[in-house]
Amino acid sequence: MFSRAYKAAVTLPPVLWVVIFLVTPYALMFCYSFWSVSAAQTIVHSWNLANYGVLLHVDVYWQTLLRSMWIAARVTIFSLLLGYPLAYFLSFRAGGKKDLLYQLVIIPLWVSYLVRAYAWKTILGSDGVLNTLLQYAHVTKHPLEFLLYSPFAVVLTLTHIYTPFAFLPIYAALEHIPRSLVEASHDLGASPAQTFWKVILPLSIPGAIAGATFAFVLSLGDFLAPLLLGGPSGIMISNIVVSLFGAAYNWPLGAAISLCMLMLVVSLLFFSERLEKKWSFS
Amino acid sequence: MGHFVTAGGCSNSAKSMITSEIPMASAPELKSRTTLLSVRKVAKQFGKNVVLKEISLEVAEGEFLTILGESGSGKTTLLRIIAGFEKASAGEVWMGEDRLDLQPPYRRRVNTVFQNYALFPHLTVEQNVAYGLRVAKRPESEIASRIAEALEKVKMSAHAKSKPSKISGGQQQRVALARALVNRPRLLLLDEPLSALDANLRRQMQVELKALQREVGISFIFVTHDQEEAMVMSDRIALLRSGELEQVATPREIYGRPATAYAAQFIGHTNLLKGDVKSGVVCCGDLTWTSDRPDGPVLFSLRPENIRLLSQTASLPTLVRVQGKVVAQAFHGATELIRVQCAGGLVLVVRAPASTSPLDEVLLAFSPIDAIPVTKSAERI
Repeated sequence: MFSRAYKAAVTLPPVLWVVIFLVTPYALMFCYSFWSVSAAQTIVHSWNLANYGVLLHVDVYWQTLLRSMWIAARVTIFSLLLGYPLAYFLSFRAGGKKDLLYQLVIIPLWVSYLVRAYAWKTILGSDGVLNTLLQYAHVTKHPLEFLLYSPFAVVLTLTHIYTPFAFLPIYAALEHIPRSLVEASHDLGASPAQTFWKVILPLSIPGAIAGATFAFVLSLGDFLAPLLLGGPSGIMISNIVVSLFGAAYNWPLGAAISLCMLMLVVSLLFFSERLEKKWSFS
Repeated sequence: MGHFVTAGGCSNSAKSMITSEIPMASAPELKSRTTLLSVRKVAKQFGKNVVLKEISLEVAEGEFLTILGESGSGKTTLLRIIAGFEKASAGEVWMGEDRLDLQPPYRRRVNTVFQNYALFPHLTVEQNVAYGLRVAKRPESEIASRIAEALEKVKMSAHAKSKPSKISGGQQQRVALARALVNRPRLLLLDEPLSALDANLRRQMQVELKALQREVGISFIFVTHDQEEAMVMSDRIALLRSGELEQVATPREIYGRPATAYAAQFIGHTNLLKGDVKSGVVCCGDLTWTSDRPDGPVLFSLRPENIRLLSQTASLPTLVRVQGKVVAQAFHGATELIRVQCAGGLVLVVRAPASTSPLDEVLLAFSPIDAIPVTKSAERI
């Protein structure tokens, strides 16, 4: 058996890591969310629920939260619409090129997030690649303004960035479907389309739920894409949190919003896990 | 036809005997049935790896044909070509007037029972069985009655609402069978369906499966590597080796009259005797007997149960006799297999009723008609 000292040496570092980087910050955030800021711009340690009241009663906060969720929902839908067919193609149709294509899907993840977001800025801007092209082709006379600094730009960029995250769990789920089930379906007279709807899709639902959860949660908390490409109408809740912790110097309110976001995300993860379990059969 | 042999022909201590070669009584013929499936010169290669070489095979209506072979013999590939999961590199597969190999698997009136059953995990037993009928858009009332009938037939009615993961391997096996049979295919393909079951259940399922096949009257092509299973169940066995058919015959025929050395060794135990024929006399080491085979080298298969242990005094002139020393005895219940080192370096395996005492010096005898000439099997690729 292992000695006591050995066990302690192995256990202590991860425990310390969790306490220092997870438990303490969350506890601090929890406490801050019940404090307030005085007129003299100092944080007063008086316990009250005022911050949560502000969240409910000041329109801008809950409206931004709703808009963020709506953006995240659209990103989720588009990521699924792109990621699922891609995963299906790779898993069932790519044959020998499977590994190469898989790497091609993964490679963008190695490129800095900022670079990818900036790339869209140069594409969508009024002097950007897309507008120049459209004008050159005489599709439009004036540059299209809605392309950049709009929720559209945010959704587009986030979809581009988070599609691989939706793709991966779907691909894993599809790869796990025994090919003999597909053969059995054909054997019983089902065409490829019938086989997809009756066998492949139901068996890949857990992967799709996981992928959707990734896309939604990651884009809900995103603040760089709206900051770079969102403009005033594309602001998301995380941008508000950033400013509350920064220039506005209202850490208590920022903490309250963060805590609400955290609860939202945790309950979402909880439900998606329940759903995945309900749909898994092996 | 009778002829005699004199001692001495080509070997010193030869025993003399008189024998006649009677053709083996041909095994009961299948009722002359029409051909259902015809595999014509089907070949398959994966890259440079040749898996099947010009296989031609016919399956009659209502026949239970077993494709028997070791792993890597190509038996599953052949089955998959018939089912449509694999494309033949050359050759054709016909079912009646239809060219089967040009149709996708979902158009063929062939159903398969897969080795791992391949039941849909997200559907109940009942939904699994209904799958083919639902896909074919049969009316729901018909589906319900046919499912009930199929589940009844395989004794799984009680588990209709269970998910496949909640039932045992043997039960999954039955469901897979029901799921295939409910579609009333003309031909059922079974890919080692019993290999995942334990020995007792396996024997029971062999009997049930055979009875079920008789009852429904559908042709079965059954793939297995288990020669005993093949013998018990089949009307005919197609013995496959390295992508080539060694012999296609009834179990009795293939056992009694193996065509090749491989067939003789793979189906049951056998002694292979290498010999020479010279002007009507066979010489296998120290053994000789007469034969009307043409001169030249020859290979005989001699089943262990066709060799008798003689008491020293017995004198049976028609038998080939040889003296030997027992080197091993393996108890098999009613019988035992005795390995005997004979004069002249020959080793014979003898099947005899289990004896109570260990044996030492024995006198062996066999009738020359039991020594079946077989062709030497081709070298392995």
